[in-house]
Amino acid sequence: MKTDRYLLSILVDDEPGVLSRIAGLFSSRAFNIDSLSVANTTEPEISRITMVTRCEPHIIEQIKKQLNKLINVITVNDLTDKKYVQRQLALIKVNAQPEKRAEILRIVDIFRCKIVDVGLSHYTIEMSGNSDKHDAIISLLTPMGIIEIASTGTIALARENGR
Amino acid sequence: MKLTGAQILLKMIKEEGIDTIFGYPGGAVIDIYDAIAKQNQVKHILVRHEQGAVHAADAYARANKSVGVALVTSGPGATNTVTGIASAHSDSIPIVIFTGQVPTGLIGNDAFQEVDTVGITRPCTKHNYLVKDINRLASTIKEAFHLASSGRPGPVLVDLPKDIMQTIIDFKKPANVSLKSYRPNYKPNKKQLTKVVELIQNAKKPVIFAGGGVILSKASEQITTLAKMANIPVTGSLMGLGAFPGSDPLWLGMLGMHGTYRANMSIGNCDLIIAAGVRFDDRVTGSIDTFAPHAKIVQIDIDPTSIHKNIKVQCPIVGDCKTALEGIIQLMGNKTFDRHSEWIGQIQEWKETTPLRYDQGGKIVKPQFVIEKLYELTKGEAIITTEVGQNQMWAAQYYHFDKPNHFITSGGLGAMGFGLPAAIGAKAACPDKLVVDVAGDGSIQMNIQELMTAVESELDVKIVILNNQYLGMVRQWQELFYDKVYSSTAMVNAPDFVKLAEAYGAKGLRCDKPDEVEATLSEGLNSKGTIVMDFIVDREESVYPMVPAGQAITEMLLV
Ligand SMILES: Cc1ncc(C[n+]2csc(CCOP(=O)(O)OP(=O)(O)O)c2C)c(N)n1
Ligand SMILES: [Mg+2]
Repeated sequence: MKTDRYLLSILVDDEPGVLSRIAGLFSSRAFNIDSLSVANTTEPEISRITMVTRCEPHIIEQIKKQLNKLINVITVNDLTDKKYVQRQLALIKVNAQPEKRAEILRIVDIFRCKIVDVGLSHYTIEMSGNSDKHDAIISLLTPMGIIEIASTGTIALARENGR
Repeated sequence: MKLTGAQILLKMIKEEGIDTIFGYPGGAVIDIYDAIAKQNQVKHILVRHEQGAVHAADAYARANKSVGVALVTSGPGATNTVTGIASAHSDSIPIVIFTGQVPTGLIGNDAFQEVDTVGITRPCTKHNYLVKDINRLASTIKEAFHLASSGRPGPVLVDLPKDIMQTIIDFKKPANVSLKSYRPNYKPNKKQLTKVVELIQNAKKPVIFAGGGVILSKASEQITTLAKMANIPVTGSLMGLGAFPGSDPLWLGMLGMHGTYRANMSIGNCDLIIAAGVRFDDRVTGSIDTFAPHAKIVQIDIDPTSIHKNIKVQCPIVGDCKTALEGIIQLMGNKTFDRHSEWIGQIQEWKETTPLRYDQGGKIVKPQFVIEKLYELTKGEAIITTEVGQNQMWAAQYYHFDKPNHFITSGGLGAMGFGLPAAIGAKAACPDKLVVDVAGDGSIQMNIQELMTAVESELDVKIVILNNQYLGMVRQWQELFYDKVYSSTAMVNAPDFVKLAEAYGAKGLRCDKPDEVEATLSEGLNSKGTIVMDFIVDREESVYPMVPAGQAITEMLLV
């Protein structure tokens, strides 16, 4: 079945258990979470959850309504069809044998990434960008031998008038 | 005013106008029980199992049209409530469950009788709380009652650590509840209401489908008015029985798996459904693809998630049923509406050719006959609770409820063991009413211990056991779909229910002859005290019509 990618920005009460209410909702109703990122906002009692979910179009309406129904959810903003900026941060530790180093540096340069750690046989690269960029750099670095990746979920904010 | 946490709890319960709670003590709530003993504003009914406390609170809420309250201890006390909570959750019943918890300092240490009650009950409550600060106690309790009873009602649990109950503070009345993240929408969109009036005007074959939401929003009068204004026949879900008078000629009977022929056929052939307070459960729709193939559907529900969840509807209305129906009625004003005589005639024909039927010949008591006699003798005015299975379906089919809040059943969860504690809860709410639990021989054994509660608390309930010595509903499925392999459903080894009743200090009666049914019922219903009537009925009687799971509701197996 055809699924689409949806990006939700959810404001919630900053209370213990909120995340498990959301996770529980998704698992009990067999919805998928692709990625999830939680952090404080400027208001002390409110956190922002940015979530990427993949589902069929009619399911997203249920997901949004079910999220809204949780008592601790304040607003659910579906950014998918709006103007927004999104970023994902990844740390990629890649095999860096002497003969591959120049190639890796070139990729790092093209993607405007940074080398944040160097060892005798590895580089650790910091990448920030959208998920396409994330996927592209991973596919280019895979032939070099990726040792480990740590990656955040997508975070996103609507552009000025996109709320 | 200096009060302990326990005293604050009782004060807040009293403030909500609740005079009776159901519970069971233990170490973590011993301070609350101490406080209960030293006051006389809130009456406590001691059940014999915590599940019973929750079912009783559930039925109290329904019969009293208010919130029900259960109080239990930590650990096993809390885990024993889960079935009751899940049942109330499925049926959107406003209850508040107070559970004891180990002292805050011990939480997370795997202390004695510690369980993560909030974690366990998160998916089956509307919301739940762990109170960690005595200063938030009163406001949390107030919030819990507000959440339970507003919007789409449901169970709310408050977990109360023992030390919080012991702490003394200067009590201040909490402010009114205002939650930025919870504002149920009661007021429907007027444009949508106008659309409904148009749909009604254009409909040739309309049907109203009333569910539990109509009863919860106290909209029976409005449903009835609407039906009469445009001569629209009415069907109901199990939860909706009593929302519209069961003896009215426009009443079609229940819809769904064990719905009447005419109700199911009406939905299959109608061109408009006005659905109010229903969630289109699979027991009502049968296969989704074939559900109401010719109909435009209006759906009124306070909970937006109910809309488009199972069934696509053409005219969704988010709002309170009563407010929405009042709005529609007002917009209908003094317009004239078609009387749909052809449609009504068709329905009448279905009713005449294929009524609910059974054959009480011979020597064996038919379970349906018992319910029909019960209906006659009580003039349809008793509060009926049920267990689960065939007994529940026969009660739904053969007792005709004219008023809301008189049929109390575990609809969504279908929890065996519901009926007896529910009868006790209903009796506590309505002491002047006759309360009857229609039971099966299997289900009654699931919470039989509550007989002691009924006797001790002098909450006289009448229990009608339709004793078929089977887990009848499961047997029926085995008969129809599993080649009559009656695996683990024969309950030939059962206690003597008459002696059992006597052992608890109640009275037991037995009847196994059709011509004694009336006399037995009459004696049981008119005697003082809690009475168990054991009707030995036809063992292999089945509930018809029946729609096999997943089929079109118009494809019924008939007798
Ligand atoms: C707690 C629980 N366990 C199991 C079931 C499955 N179940 C549904 S109906 C039924 C049979 C009930 O038997 P009885 O109470 O004798 O009622 P009858 O159908 O014979 O009238 C069973 C086992 C259930 N609904 N609830
Ligand atoms: Mg039985």
